[in-house]
Amino acid sequence: MPPVPRGMSAAMPKSKDAGKTLKRIIGYLMQYKFRLLLVLLCIIVSAYAAARSSLFLKTLIDDYVTPMVEHYTSELMAGMIRSILLLAAVFLAGVVSTFLYNRLMIPVGQGILKKVRDQMFDKMEQLPIRYFDVNAHGDIMSRYTNDTDTMRQMIAQTIPQLMNSVVSVVVLLVSMISVSIWLTLVTLCFTALNLFISTKVGGLSGRYFVSQQAQLGDLNGYVEEMINGQKVIKVFNREEKTIETFDAKNNALRESARKAFFISSMVMPVVMNMGYVQYAVLAIVGGAMAIGGVGGITIGAIVSFLQLSRNFNRPIDMIGQQVSAIVMALAGAERIFRLMDEEPEQDGGTITLVRAKYDMTGEKLLETPELTDIWAWKIPQEDGTFEYRRLTGDIRLNHVDFGYVPDKQVLYDIDIYAEPGQKVAFVGHTGAGKTTITNLLNRFYDIQGGSITYDGIDITDICKSDLRRSLGVILQDVNLFTGTVMENIRYGRQDATDEECIAAAKLANADSFIRVLPQGYQTVLAGDGSGLSQGQRQLIAIARAAVADPPVLIMDEATSSIDTRTESIVQKGMDGLMYGRTVFVIAHRLSTVQNADVIMVIDAGHIIERGNHEQLIAKRGQYYRLYTGAFELE
Amino acid sequence: MIVKLARYVGEFKKYALLTPVFVCLECVFEVLIPYLMSHIIDRGVSVGNSGYTLRMGLLLIGLAVLSIAAGVTAARFSTNAASGFARNIRAAMFHKVQEYSFANIDKFSTSSIITRMTTDVNNIMQAFVMSLRIATRAPLMMIVAMVFAFSVNAKLALIYLCAVPVLGAAIFIIFRTAFPMFERVFKAYDGLNEVVQENLAGIRVVKSYVKEDHEREKFGKASELIYRLFMKAERLMSFNMPIMQLVMYTCQILICWFGAKFIISGTMSTGQLTSIVAYAGMILAGLMMLGMVMVVISIAQASGARAIELLEEESAIQDPEDPVMEVADGSIVFEHVNFSYSGDETKNVLTDVNLRIPSGYTVGILGGTGSSKSTLVQMIPRLYDVGSGRVLVGGVDVRDYDLTVLRDAVAMVLQKNELFSGTVSENLRWGNENATDEELREACRLAQADEFVSAMPEGYDTVITRGGTNVSGGQKQRLCIARALVKRPKILILDDSTSAVDTATEAAIRAGFREYIPETTKLIIAQRISSVQDCDMIVVIDEGHINGVGTHDELMATNAIYREVYYSQQKGGEQ
Repeated sequence: MPPVPRGMSAAMPKSKDAGKTLKRIIGYLMQYKFRLLLVLLCIIVSAYAAARSSLFLKTLIDDYVTPMVEHYTSELMAGMIRSILLLAAVFLAGVVSTFLYNRLMIPVGQGILKKVRDQMFDKMEQLPIRYFDVNAHGDIMSRYTNDTDTMRQMIAQTIPQLMNSVVSVVVLLVSMISVSIWLTLVTLCFTALNLFISTKVGGLSGRYFVSQQAQLGDLNGYVEEMINGQKVIKVFNREEKTIETFDAKNNALRESARKAFFISSMVMPVVMNMGYVQYAVLAIVGGAMAIGGVGGITIGAIVSFLQLSRNFNRPIDMIGQQVSAIVMALAGAERIFRLMDEEPEQDGGTITLVRAKYDMTGEKLLETPELTDIWAWKIPQEDGTFEYRRLTGDIRLNHVDFGYVPDKQVLYDIDIYAEPGQKVAFVGHTGAGKTTITNLLNRFYDIQGGSITYDGIDITDICKSDLRRSLGVILQDVNLFTGTVMENIRYGRQDATDEECIAAAKLANADSFIRVLPQGYQTVLAGDGSGLSQGQRQLIAIARAAVADPPVLIMDEATSSIDTRTESIVQKGMDGLMYGRTVFVIAHRLSTVQNADVIMVIDAGHIIERGNHEQLIAKRGQYYRLYTGAFELE
Repeated sequence: MIVKLARYVGEFKKYALLTPVFVCLECVFEVLIPYLMSHIIDRGVSVGNSGYTLRMGLLLIGLAVLSIAAGVTAARFSTNAASGFARNIRAAMFHKVQEYSFANIDKFSTSSIITRMTTDVNNIMQAFVMSLRIATRAPLMMIVAMVFAFSVNAKLALIYLCAVPVLGAAIFIIFRTAFPMFERVFKAYDGLNEVVQENLAGIRVVKSYVKEDHEREKFGKASELIYRLFMKAERLMSFNMPIMQLVMYTCQILICWFGAKFIISGTMSTGQLTSIVAYAGMILAGLMMLGMVMVVISIAQASGARAIELLEEESAIQDPEDPVMEVADGSIVFEHVNFSYSGDETKNVLTDVNLRIPSGYTVGILGGTGSSKSTLVQMIPRLYDVGSGRVLVGGVDVRDYDLTVLRDAVAMVLQKNELFSGTVSENLRWGNENATDEELREACRLAQADEFVSAMPEGYDTVITRGGTNVSGGQKQRLCIARALVKRPKILILDDSTSAVDTATEAAIRAGFREYIPETTKLIIAQRISSVQDCDMIVVIDEGHINGVGTHDELMATNAIYREVYYSQQKGGEQ
């Protein structure tokens, strides 16, 4: 019983480079080559036993039964017993082989599957943010579900079955020819006819399935949109109108589903009954030959040929199905491999971040395993020694140009100097480039022109993970992970104690609402913490950043969903968190950025104004217009 | 459960009932064929009667053609019934959801309603088709094949009679043990998918906190669990084929041995032996198919239960027996209103709310995150029913109105508002199907939306994409307000509906309200003091209680929370 994949894959994708993909899958299989050799051996034995079972009737009837009907001898009887015992032995070997190959294949399929899964995730974690921007999440997701599942079925089931079918076909064909070449030819004609019918019908039903999938997508899209807006529908009394449209789409789906299913369920009765027609034709032809004495055919031969020919049809049909299953699986495998082949995030940085303390003299920085509150950059020197430079949080952007795609620049000649401990704010329209600037700091994207330095070091020389560890980021859309509230806060720093996490929650003013959750800090947040309000999630994100205790903070609309009264309460904690750190703040609520040391007004990728609140108000420019509400900001 | 779902076969009952008939017919033909075969061999081939062989052979072909006809007809009827059944269930579900109140919608999440209507319906339909065709066919095949086998040679047929229960029991035990294992595999897959999903959604967080290794570990654990569970389940399933073969081969050897003896002793013919062997294949195939049906049905069982749960959910809000069909005016009264979402009185989110709003007033409602502002106003169009106390609109308890009448009189712009795919005009006409273009324009002017709509390339015929992603947040809010205005309501409720609109535009909207719809009662929930400052009446809500009611000046003088909010927004001060 194969586990039924959840949800059908949309259309049947065709593989682009099947040969290469196949080669790669064989590469995975080669690790198990001895095991697979054994599997092949077992399959041959098993298929041979199956073929013997249909061939045996002929031997039994022609060699023993018919002679004995005429003239009973004990030698013939003994011979019959011997051959039946021999058959029993072959059967037993067949059963054991079947069991063995099924058993032997399990670790192969599951092992490869696990390996592919793990490699895929490992790779995914290395990919640059850009990859996630351009690829739909549902599409990436389906590689872990649909594509791996079809691949598993291919390796664990289809390939051995195909081997079995091929061996059976060969054995049966040889046996049939050995019985009668003429009858074999008749059988082959029917085989060709059958294949013709099933491919024709298959093609037809494929077309209907495509249109069914389109209708299904249409209906599902409608349902999704309407259910999402269900409350609006209620408020506007639109139930009947909505039902009307739904019914029309539902009927259309039924119609195309009916056609697609009808065509595909026609295949089975047709192909099966064609088998019977073949049976009858063979009987007539064979009978005529036997009566006419043509081709030296005996009754026993006809009997077992009929059996053989029926058994012959089955693997032939199977091979057709298996080949198309493999073609489909290859398309999935190709998608998996394409993800694995993506270029990972490049990291040429050699400078790392370490905790440090001053030596006795108070002059020289030393690396230390202790949790001191001094961070230092560890810069490798040419002579193999290291220079330690204290992290102060001095960040400079010099003439930075940037575009997500080469020919569409979004930032122009950006100059920013953030001195240690300063609070730098960005304001501007949606799409002006505020968030883009912060994405450049942690090297989610690399700049095309200019330079960014961190304590005088070019950030491309800093090891990416260390660079990011030094920057705490709080985003507008808070992503929480399945786990307890405590685990989510601890996400900031894995070795933080419960007390540290709770202290951070208090700082973010999250402690009070967490305590009234059903299990307090141990409440499990499922499905991205959907039970919490957006504001509460933002408070948890602030606590998470507080636990991480990074030297530099980036807050991108971090308090946008918190009402102003709560914000002013959180503000105290935030001020504490921000004290002594360089902070970058993006907010559309101007009250959030008012007390910044420097405010940059960004418009269409340019910094158009800079200064503190008072200076900008006095300037009576864009900021002033924003502040006095004459301008719309989202 | 089957009875409950069977109701939805509805007008396709005819097809559903005819399918098994044709399946039966198909079976009879199929079983008859090997029976004829034995005659061909015994009376035709063996005795050299070529005329007989030809006649019977042609009869056989004729039967096969009839069998095809029966099979195709059965396929036609079954697909007709199944697709109709699926359509009916989907329609029933969707219609039911349309009857749901807000409380019902909250209970089922959006995504769960969608899965129920898609994946679950699909599973149910699969099981239905299977039951119609294979579940009839398999046992019938087995029985008929058995009967024929007995009529050919009862003694040999006895071998089958012994083998079937043995094999049946073996398959049953394997599936029964394996199925829960596969369920665990599915669960484990859900766990793995969750990790991937969260990583996709939160990749920036993962990278910012340099948690790639931590996530890899999480994924590795989930992956390992699937590996182990799957191996276990498959190991069990690997007994399936060999056991089948073992039983089949044993049968064959016994049949060969006894069959040969019977032929030699003259109690059986060669042809009869052939057909008995053919029946063996049918009986075994029937058993295998039954096993398959069992699997599909048990998967569908869970889906069926989920579908029924949705179908049997009673709407929490029902129309009254003898409803009031007209709303007199826009006055609103809350009398000792208590409310909790769970119905548990100790978890009230509104406690003893008393409020009197004269018709035509503009009322501001202010309160912190989670203070139940939205809950309060949702009582007015009866989106939720009060726990105790009552809400009066136009002097009548809202529970006495016809729901459509009440909701037509009360326009509400929700906090989480949606535009639907379609043109701007189509969206606006949600408010009133028969509104003229001029009325739409008028509403847009009032909502300060006319200007930007007119500036769009197609104006009012501009197509809004699904979810309204091609207009900005502020534009979307203004269109939603216009849509509500098209209704010409007696009461207009704006639930934080101008948060993305700048203060100047917002002031213009409020001024328009005052001037053009003075008789409409307006309720405005807002976070900015500036949005409510000039209202006739401001209500301050704190943790489900009314903390203060009055004008701006009164509240500044008497209400601590109001003052606090005021100062938090004035910090930094105007110049």
